[in-house]
Amino acid sequence: MLEIKGLQVKLEEEDKQILKGVDLSIAPGTVHAIMGPNGSGKSTLSYVLSGKDGYTVTGGSAMLEGADLLEMEPEERAAAGLFLAFQYPVEIPGVGNMTFLRTAVNAQRKARGEEELSAGDFLKVVRAKAKDLQIDAEMLKRPVNVGFSGGEKKRNEILQMAMLEPKMCILDETDSGLDVDAMKLVADGVNALRSEGRSFLVITHYQRLLDHIKPDIVHIMADGRIIQSGGPELALEVENNGYADILAGVA
Amino acid sequence: MALAKLKEDATLARLAGITLPEGATWATAARSDALARLSAMGLPTRRDEYWRYTDPASLIVADAPPAALFDNGEGPLFAGVDRIALVFVDGVFDAAASSDLAGEGLEIHRLADVTQRDIHWAKDLYGTLEHRGQHPVERPLAALNTAFASDGIVIRATAQVSKPVHLVYLHQSTTSDATLHNLVRVEAGASLTLLETGPGAARLSTCLEVDIAERGQFHHIRAQGNDHERRAVTHCFAQLAAESVFKSFTLTFNGVLTRNECVIDIRGDDAVAHVAGACVGDGADFHHDDTVFVTHDALRGESRQVFKKVLRNGAVGVFQGKILVKQGAQKTDGYQISQSLLLDDDSQFLAKPELEIYADDVACSHGSTTGAIDETALFYLRSRGVPMEVARNLLTLSFLAEALAEIEDQALADELQSRLEGWLARRT
Ligand SMILES: Nc1ncnc2c1ncn2[C@@H]1O[C@H](COP(=O)(O)OP(=O)(O)O)[C@@H](O)[C@H]1O
Ligand SMILES: [Mg+2]
Repeated sequence: MLEIKGLQVKLEEEDKQILKGVDLSIAPGTVHAIMGPNGSGKSTLSYVLSGKDGYTVTGGSAMLEGADLLEMEPEERAAAGLFLAFQYPVEIPGVGNMTFLRTAVNAQRKARGEEELSAGDFLKVVRAKAKDLQIDAEMLKRPVNVGFSGGEKKRNEILQMAMLEPKMCILDETDSGLDVDAMKLVADGVNALRSEGRSFLVITHYQRLLDHIKPDIVHIMADGRIIQSGGPELALEVENNGYADILAGVA
Repeated sequence: MALAKLKEDATLARLAGITLPEGATWATAARSDALARLSAMGLPTRRDEYWRYTDPASLIVADAPPAALFDNGEGPLFAGVDRIALVFVDGVFDAAASSDLAGEGLEIHRLADVTQRDIHWAKDLYGTLEHRGQHPVERPLAALNTAFASDGIVIRATAQVSKPVHLVYLHQSTTSDATLHNLVRVEAGASLTLLETGPGAARLSTCLEVDIAERGQFHHIRAQGNDHERRAVTHCFAQLAAESVFKSFTLTFNGVLTRNECVIDIRGDDAVAHVAGACVGDGADFHHDDTVFVTHDALRGESRQVFKKVLRNGAVGVFQGKILVKQGAQKTDGYQISQSLLLDDDSQFLAKPELEIYADDVACSHGSTTGAIDETALFYLRSRGVPMEVARNLLTLSFLAEALAEIEDQALADELQSRLEGWLARRT
């Protein structure tokens, strides 16, 4: 599904190397997790994959189902099946959540040569999916993320993911700022989307999200590199001993 | 003073070519008074403080600069609204294209008829609010309008009128120069909605005097467009009695030059005045100026100014807005915001917000911002698959939303919103 090879990234504005050769291969239908200390480059990786400005790729490649992600505009990556659930979802005053969702869904359908959803069909689908995430009609009407609580914003990200049905889902610290109930809700939303053709890259700081979204493979990222990969037990090790041992082991 | 002399000469030269319209004694008196005011003030020049950001020259020259007609194929605005439509073509009333001059709770006349009559209520209003609005800031082009306007619509609302009155300003001659003067009197407890749409002429001057009695309500929704080369100078003078409501919204598309002056005088306690505007301009020859002056001279008045401008490809936007709170106007609640969204580095927004307060127990605030499209929001939308241009348009509409929210009637607001969407879509 996603093949990242030797990815090196620096900031556009200053001469600061952030990713120093990241390798990652995610097979269809699998869930990978990336853990790592603050500032290790996890969000940067997710931004570079989704095409945010401000970064320069200085080496390596990233392919989604054989297509070169790094050559595409952000909207093309989305239409190709990539989705990023933001660590900090953006507030957009004056744009209704529903308008936003419908514009996004239909733009992607159009880009893929599919027919646009009618207002009625769209409403039906969105209502059903919103209900599962306990997002009420009032939240759908409000401007995108404006006045949403932290938990509501994260649930709204998952709703977008559910509506857009991407192939490759990246979740950047979707658990941060969530209480246990909200995290369960979000995890259920993600698990409901797990399928053979869909892969996940779950970036998290804590093991607890991985109790709910069970990963196949766990990677540890530090200082712009993936320094260790393993099974779910690696996450438990981090939970119990912190990163110090792993970092020391590599060094 | 060489400058004063120059101005006087220029004014005399400009006025030499025009004659006052014929009319009843009172009308002739009102027009002569306006002419005398105008001669004393002189026509404006770029050197006047009030015209620092906007050059009035092309609004004054004897021959209106020509303006090509532009039809974007969208059809007339508010055509589906149940309304009383009164049509002016290049400033000339078109009775055949208009509804009957009648409506429940309404008295409607043409100014051209009213000014021939010896007795009519309009005689106390014509030029009166304009005259008062000359202080503390001179508005010579409004006096010019009062002196020379020969037509317009005169409306008296005596009840809560459900059907809006719609003044449709058509532009058919590329060289037309139109001057219209409209009067509105909303009686105690009555209400009226006035719609004004269209370019009206190659060069259009409108002056609207609105007198709202106790508990009266006046809603005004205007759309100026679309012809790219059109010019307009508009004045609205409103006087509010106790517990009355005045709400005005203007949406402006295109045009080489638009100057909209709105002068609001809150004279009765507990009155509410909202004036809002949005404009979209594309190109270095777009210049749009909102000049607003709100005077609070009563207790517990509420005023609100909300202005938003979207400027691209070198377009220029101007906002001059003032809140004057007179001594004794306690518990005044005055608010003013003017914002521009610059879609490129060439466009420009010039703002002069002012507060002048002589009462001690008031809450007044104002703010002005200039900004570009929010890159973070843009990336967020694009990351969801929304193409760049669509995302930019969505964010542009989102910027304008606060101004459009000032329109109370949702159906009218939706229609204007769809015109904005069309304007943006034509540019992507
Ligand atoms: N736009 C940016 N400007 C300056 N520094 C940045 C920027 N983006 C990332 N960084 C820096 O890059 C490093 C990695 O950041 P980030 O990817 O957010 O880490 P993580 O998500 O793992 O906490 C940090 O040192 C951070 O300060
Ligand atoms: Mg991060």
